[in-house]
Order: sequence, then structure tokens, then C-alpha cells
Amino acid sequence: MNAKYIARSTAIAARKLGDEMIIMSALNSTLFTLNPVATVIWQAADGKTPLSDIVEGTVCRQFDVAPQLAYQDAEALVNDLAGHGILLVSEQPISTQAPQEVR
Amino acid sequence: MAVLIAPPIHAVPVEVGGMAVLLRTCDSAFARMLQDRYAGFVNRCVVPVFEFDVDLVVPSGVDPDAEVQVRCEHGRWSFRRGDFQAEWDPRSRRGSIRQTANPYSVDAVLRIVHTLVLAGEGGFLLHSASAMRGGRAFLFSGLSGAGKTTISRLAPPDVTLLTDEVSYVRRHEEGYRAFGTPFAGELARVGENVSAPIAAVYLLDKGPANRIDPVSALEATQRIMRNILFFAEEPEMVRRVFEAACEFVARVPVYRLTFFPDERVWELIR
Repeated sequence: MNAKYIARSTAIAARKLGDEMIIMSALNSTLFTLNPVATVIWQAADGKTPLSDIVEGTVCRQFDVAPQLAYQDAEALVNDLAGHGILLVSEQPISTQAPQEVR
Repeated sequence: MAVLIAPPIHAVPVEVGGMAVLLRTCDSAFARMLQDRYAGFVNRCVVPVFEFDVDLVVPSGVDPDAEVQVRCEHGRWSFRRGDFQAEWDPRSRRGSIRQTANPYSVDAVLRIVHTLVLAGEGGFLLHSASAMRGGRAFLFSGLSGAGKTTISRLAPPDVTLLTDEVSYVRRHEEGYRAFGTPFAGELARVGENVSAPIAAVYLLDKGPANRIDPVSALEATQRIMRNILFFAEEPEMVRRVFEAACEFVARVPVYRLTFFPDERVWELIR
């Protein structure tokens, strides 16, 4: 299995509200809401940490979920977000200037 | 020898949200129409922030329902819809509008200009009715059919209507202030030209009884974002509007107001 790296798109604005994240695509003003698990993955999407490490090191530690199932769900999530253009996915580390979260 | 005499210029300064925009036209009838339409908002005692020359053209089968296009190139804005074309340079504080002699085109241009100015300072225009009671402003937000006009019509005498359609929200010290606007909806009645600090926003839902329920910050932000009027597509401007909505929800209480359409709903609004 090839490593998968994820990074937040620069064409978004985001704000954490409680445990959830609200994200707006600055390209078409579409709003997205992430649940707590997706929010953790989103926040860890630095372009340098492989998705598998994010799942094992962060998701599985914070939520009661088996690594394999968590990875499958995480992969589906990042593919979905990438399809909407708000997350970048690559088999190589990604160098981007991640947008600042709105306070 | 022909003597060329320039036609007189009529100037109508329209002040909304504390910002005056001077509309200039050679057409006296059009100037009178502007004067009447914006009656409570014409203020000749302030220095206008921006000036627009309105050039009237002959109607030619235009479509006023066509989608508005707002673009910025090299700091100069252009607004287009079926019924008007406008240019605006914020640096020189001047602009021009080319339209037929109708009140709706210039109204649209004013709304666009205000949304762009407000976006730069953390405010926005919100698709909502607003009213002032006891020195505080209350906003009633919802899309068409949610009840903005109904709740405005039901307002008791001690309530001052700021608008039944488009609320003007500005950052003010630690909070936000709502201003009356001349941007009328179905009630076809312009708001009063006054302002007050915003005490609460109510997201409107019609129901069998009157009740107020809390909403999560997430839902409040989503609903506010959906109801903000904004026309530009520049990512940076869009981002600013999002940030303004988030800041607003963090500082102003937002509730869901389910109401039965009679005057008793106003017993809850204090």
C-alpha cells in the first residue's frame, strides 16, 4: 500500500465550533461540516504526516475504533473532501502553506 | 454661434449604515424618483464617501432577473446585470452606472457597493427583517417565505422597523449594530434611518405555537452564511465574509424562533 499524504487546500476558510469544523470553499462558497473524527483528521492534514500515521497516532488514540476500519473510513473521507477541492491528497509529501483557521 | 450649455446635474446623497453615496444624474425626473424612493435616507449634511454618475439609456429588452456579475480587476470593480452596467473605483471614490430610468438598478448597485465595503470591516448585509425595541435591535432571518414580512407586519407600535428585507450589520466596539435600510421587501416600506446594538438574531420558522429555542453555533453559522448577501466571487472577499459570519455568531446570540403568525409572537421579543 502506498503512503497517502493529505494537506488542507489554501482556497478555503475554516473555523472550529465545539468539536466540529465548518469549512467554506472560497472558490464556490460551499459549506462543509466535519464531525469530531473528521475534524481531527482535517487538523492533522499538514502534508507531511502520512494518513496511516494520522489514523494510528491520532484518530485511534482519541476515538474507540479499530485501526483498519478507521483507515478505511479516513480514506473515504479524504477522497470525498479531495473531490470537493478542499483537501489535497498525494502519494508524496505535500508542500503547501496551509490556511490559518479562523479564530 | 452655437452656445453649449451643460445640463444641470442633480445630486442625491443616499446615506445607509452611516455611509453616504452620492448619485448624480442630468435627468430631473430620475433625481426626483431617487429623492422619493430614498426619502428618509437622503442626507445633504454629510460628505459622501463615494460618488456615482448615473447615465440613463433607452430600454432595449433587458432582463432584470439575469444573474448579477461582480468582478474586480486591478482594484477596479465592475457590476453587470441585464438591466445595468456599473464601474467603481474605490481608490478614486468614483463610479458610474449605465441603466434605464428605473429604481431597481441603482438599488442593486447600492447593495453591491455596501456589501463590498462592509466585507472589509467585518460587517455584512443579511437577508433578514430587523426591528428596534427598547433601544436594542433584533434580526429575523430567513429565506423568502420564512416570515420576514409577516413578523414585520405584526410589529406593535413600540417597535421601529429597520427593514423587512435586508439588514445592515456593522461591527461596533465590542458588538454589532443594525442600521435601517431603504432596501424594502414585500412590505414595500423602507425602514427607519436609525440604528441600535444588536441584541439577538432569530432564525425564523413558522409553526403552531410561539417558542424560542437555542441553536448550536454550527447551525447558526450555517444559517447566517446562507442568508448573507454577497455578490463577489474573489476568494479573499469570500473568506472575509465567512470570517465575519463566524465572528458575528461568536458575539451575538442566535436562536430559532418558531412562530404562529399573530401579534402574540412579539411578546417574546424583548
